[in-house]
Amino acid sequence: MSKGILGRKIGMTQIFTEDGNLIPVTVIEAGPCVVVQKKTVETDGYNAIQIGFMERKKAPNKPLHGHFDKAGVKPMKYVREIRVDNPDEYEVGQEIKVEDVFQSGEYVDVTGISKGKGFTGSIKGYGQARGPMSHGSHYHRAPGALGALGPNRVFRGRKLPGRVGGRKVTVQKLEVVKTDNEKNLLLVKGSVPGPKKSVVMVRNTVKSNA
Amino acid sequence: MDLIKAVEQGQMKEVPNFQPGDTVRVHVKVVEGNRERIQVFEGIVLKRQGSGLRETFTVRRVSYGVGVERTFPVHSPRIEKIEVVRRGRVRRAKLYYLRDRVGKAARIRERRD
Repeated sequence: MSKGILGRKIGMTQIFTEDGNLIPVTVIEAGPCVVVQKKTVETDGYNAIQIGFMERKKAPNKPLHGHFDKAGVKPMKYVREIRVDNPDEYEVGQEIKVEDVFQSGEYVDVTGISKGKGFTGSIKGYGQARGPMSHGSHYHRAPGALGALGPNRVFRGRKLPGRVGGRKVTVQKLEVVKTDNEKNLLLVKGSVPGPKKSVVMVRNTVKSNA
Repeated sequence: MDLIKAVEQGQMKEVPNFQPGDTVRVHVKVVEGNRERIQVFEGIVLKRQGSGLRETFTVRRVSYGVGVERTFPVHSPRIEKIEVVRRGRVRRAKLYYLRDRVGKAARIRERRD
């Protein structure tokens, strides 16, 4: 069954396991979220719930206001949809806390917008190798050959300098190390896309939990 | 940032106050098979690095003419205790210059205050 929650990336730290090993963790302030809308096969063609996260400071525009009023919830800053098998398990207006969704030991996928790197060369962008910096070499960070002469053009998909980062990235199968309902904290092992304070969506993993 | 502190708080230990230049005895828990014993590593603290739960310190000793440096997390549960044997007076935070010195030159004046 799929399930998920929205959260805010707080940052990374380390914690000790019982046998004294250090593991890197990302701290996510997850939830509390509220169910804003339920979508079912009958009405929308698929099963999902729409959840909201963090109260809005700015007043929403009229259509959005009506959407939140209909659900009887406060206007939320972030609204995302999560596919679920059975939306009837949720009530509109219901509050979702971390521990309702995830327990430590589970595996999750975390989706976020990665840090934007701007316009970069092919070394940073694709991990290409650099040329020699000395010994008479003038070939330092260039992208290399663009292909054969014969076609008289460059084929699409050639790795060239361009924008890097700032796109939607999902990291799969991160272990949930700890959850805390009181402070709404979710600790996952490893790193998570995006800068601090950015919104991330945490869902149970699509990979097998073996 | 405070949430990170809150996460770390639970695992922080009470450690004695020690600085670079101090001589310390670190009691380390060593697991051999299913037996556990305590090993003592004594030497001069070269540096303390990091903050909060992530703080580490490096201890240097010369054993059998070979310099040995070990870095421990300050709050590691594998450290049984840290004893301060001697307090040293030094003028910098990172004592890397000790690596280039042997014998008499590698001495550190004692701090009295």
